[in-house]
Amino acid sequence: MVNLTIDGKKVRVRKLSTLLDAAGKLDIPIPTLCHHPALSPFGGCRLCLVEVNGSPKPVAACTTFAKEGMEVVTSNPRLEKMRRTTLELILSDHPQDCMVCERAGDCKLQELAYFYGIRENRFKGERRIYEKKDGNPFLVRDMEKCILCGKCVRICDEIQGVGAIDFAYRGMKTKICPPFERDLDCEFCGQCVSVCPTGALTGRMWANKGRQNFKEVDTICPYCGCGCNITLHIWRNKVRRVSSREDTPNEGWLCAKGRFGYSFINHRHRLKKPLIRIAPKEKDEGRGRKEEINPSSAPRPSAIFREASWDEALDYIAVRLKEVKEKHGQDAIGGLSSARCTNEENYLFQKFMRAVIGTNNIDHCARY
Amino acid sequence: MAGLAAVFGSGAMTNSLPEIENHDVIFVIGSNTTETHPIIGLKMKKAVRGGADLIVADPRKIDLVRFSSIWLQHRPGTDVALLNSMMYVIVKEDLLDKKFIETWTEGFGSLKESIASFTPEEGERITGVPAENIIRAARLYGNAVRPGIYYTMGITQHSHGTDNVCSIANLALMTGNLGRESTGVNPLRGQNNVQGATDMGCIPDFYPGYQKVALPGVGKKFEKAWGTKLSDRPGLTATEMTIAAGEGKLKAMYIMGENPVMSDPDMNHTIETLKKLDFLIVQDIFMTETAELADVVLPAACFAEKDGTFTNTDRRVQRVRKAVEPPEEAKEDSLIIIELAKRFGYEIGADLIEDVFHEAGELWPALAGITYKRIAKAGLQWPCPTLNHPGTPYLFKGGFPRGKAAFSAIKYLPPAELPDNSYPFLLSTGRQLFQYHTGSMTRRMDAFCDVSPDAFIEVHPEDAEKLDVVDGDIVKVTSRRGSIEVRAFISGRPSRGVVFIPFHYREAAANVLTSSFLDPVSKIPELKVCAVRLEKTEG
Ligand code: SF4
Ligand code: SF4
Repeated sequence: MVNLTIDGKKVRVRKLSTLLDAAGKLDIPIPTLCHHPALSPFGGCRLCLVEVNGSPKPVAACTTFAKEGMEVVTSNPRLEKMRRTTLELILSDHPQDCMVCERAGDCKLQELAYFYGIRENRFKGERRIYEKKDGNPFLVRDMEKCILCGKCVRICDEIQGVGAIDFAYRGMKTKICPPFERDLDCEFCGQCVSVCPTGALTGRMWANKGRQNFKEVDTICPYCGCGCNITLHIWRNKVRRVSSREDTPNEGWLCAKGRFGYSFINHRHRLKKPLIRIAPKEKDEGRGRKEEINPSSAPRPSAIFREASWDEALDYIAVRLKEVKEKHGQDAIGGLSSARCTNEENYLFQKFMRAVIGTNNIDHCARY
Repeated sequence: MAGLAAVFGSGAMTNSLPEIENHDVIFVIGSNTTETHPIIGLKMKKAVRGGADLIVADPRKIDLVRFSSIWLQHRPGTDVALLNSMMYVIVKEDLLDKKFIETWTEGFGSLKESIASFTPEEGERITGVPAENIIRAARLYGNAVRPGIYYTMGITQHSHGTDNVCSIANLALMTGNLGRESTGVNPLRGQNNVQGATDMGCIPDFYPGYQKVALPGVGKKFEKAWGTKLSDRPGLTATEMTIAAGEGKLKAMYIMGENPVMSDPDMNHTIETLKKLDFLIVQDIFMTETAELADVVLPAACFAEKDGTFTNTDRRVQRVRKAVEPPEEAKEDSLIIIELAKRFGYEIGADLIEDVFHEAGELWPALAGITYKRIAKAGLQWPCPTLNHPGTPYLFKGGFPRGKAAFSAIKYLPPAELPDNSYPFLLSTGRQLFQYHTGSMTRRMDAFCDVSPDAFIEVHPEDAEKLDVVDGDIVKVTSRRGSIEVRAFISGRPSRGVVFIPFHYREAAANVLTSSFLDPVSKIPELKVCAVRLEKTEG
């Protein structure tokens, strides 16, 4: 363990802790843009500069290890002035786009500009203009808003193990992009989107779907057995975005399905009314176009099903099932339940088959 | 997961997600983890970054191979031979945990005999994996301190799937690699609540909590709880139901949220049998291929439209919360079942969905300690018998539920259908990262279709050359059961003579081709291996 003092407060931290970790332990805020606790330190944004042992040469808190007896100052007029200048430089070639940016309100850069009260910019200068925008269906990479913090590059390499993107070109032209600016290896997991501190990386399906007044609901991803914890961002009864908290078993990481696979919820093909068959079964109507079969999404009435009320449909089912049971016995009825339904639904389903129908003919798809 | 339950008395993952990063050796067999379980894949990569060794046994060069220390490219369907020869090495080099074998297991003698002829050379002959790699893998696993084995469908979807699982159990038992943190055997469940559906008794021979329907005491308990007479005859499995429907013995089916037309083997046959039913009810969120055959289709709510719990692959019971209203008249599955039961004069559920969960907990002690309040922030892993129990991250600390775990001597049998002159290729099927199961959700989303637009068949470059097929050509793939046309994707991932088709696409449904040979114990069809012929189509 190591003992040190930060802003006059004593703290004891484990060996190989950084000054940023130590300040975190004391709940002393140090601004950062390129730091992420799960990623290797980068020391690129120069916002976390602090003074150590009164030396005038500041060091980056995210890459400096705590040492016994260190005395650290995280804030004084000189440091704040340096931070402000750094921010102004970053903002000098940043599009003043907050009004229409998907990230406004959830943007670290915007928040820092707000705290430092930066409005006008002394360094207004040449802006980086990027023509090429890749057209993948999941991520928008707006490199004019990129501040080159490298978080996406590190997460893609260190967490996702893909290395789909890297720094390319030099100087004013520096940018982050996939090799040859094509999505060669990208898995569209959106891990990079989740750590981007600005509006440079956003979800393509977020666009113009709202960014304020979201109701956040924590739930579980509906796809695979990993059971990732997700947070649905709801506005006007629609899922607008999906994110994941870092203090979950999946550590905030998701895959493309969990992060971007939510539009099926509002798909026009959803079944919306009970349906009763009107066409005889022998006819080989299957394999047709879904829209023509499902009357609730079809432009014209379906030749195969008609809509019914819940009462009619359920009464009809009860009559038919009772008929089968009387004629052929309860074991002539079978039930398949779903690995996509909840525990409670599965419990009720097997209870229905066993206690109401009277058979153990019940299974689900675990076998497949 | 019948095999694992038979050996240990429980068929769930023995470790949990957060433990993965602390393995020192990870042995992945028959699981394309980064595509089927992406986040578990991330945890494995994290372990490798931390210095763990990864052994991958897979006929295809799956993505995880990039992170592996050893890749065992065995021929599809030869898992038992591979595992037996690894065990041969472990016995020969005395990497056994004798104390564990003595205290916690039975039947080691007969296992030892059964593998006595499986020298690495014999293993090489059957599996195609160089003997030296078999030895290296065996040493790595045998010497590990906290090793974990991971497998999925690649292991179970074989006519000898149960044998495969028992072999894996043998390997873990002889090295004593069970019952400790970050040490165990981990079947990865495919869909998000497979674990929960099984736990809740949606299996023909068990009530909720793996309590046998055939045991009189168990039957009595449930009869009392549910206030009605119950049958003690184990029911039919899903595949047996299809057979019974074909034979005219099963007359009606109620299918909730399943799409057997797409997910079952031998699709044409499934359609025919479902059409034979007198009455078919399908309850789903979309007009699936199965719903098209129904007499009544009921519109259900999706995960975002209901409250309840899911149990993920590491036995973690987590809260599902209603975030939006279902479209128009669609209803939660639970409400539909409650309403339907009323029409039979039976009150099946309580007023609140949480009451249903507690009813399950009263009948199965492993859930008794879990309440919605306790899992409001973070899930709990069963067994969790009391309200102050912290849940159980890893199983079998200090023993197995059935006392001693039994070794099972497994004879290697080749897959039921192997390539021959008329069907020279071995076809394997599986999942893909950007699609999900039968595609009824993912294929309705444009973004996913853009990156994974259509089905393909992976063909090794040398095979492609012989067939005179280039990337993008349409090839006709024929098995003894049917044929489909599909785009060729030339790739070094499968080995020569092996082809692969993902099963999510209805216009080129791989399951038209697959065979319906069943594993005799688990009744899982052999979806992973069948013999096919490839022909280039003109035009
Ligand atoms: S989406 Fe995932 S794979 Fe693609 S660049 Fe971002 S982190 Fe890398
Ligand atoms: S986000 Fe991806 S890995 Fe996580 S549960 Fe969903 S499908 Fe599985």
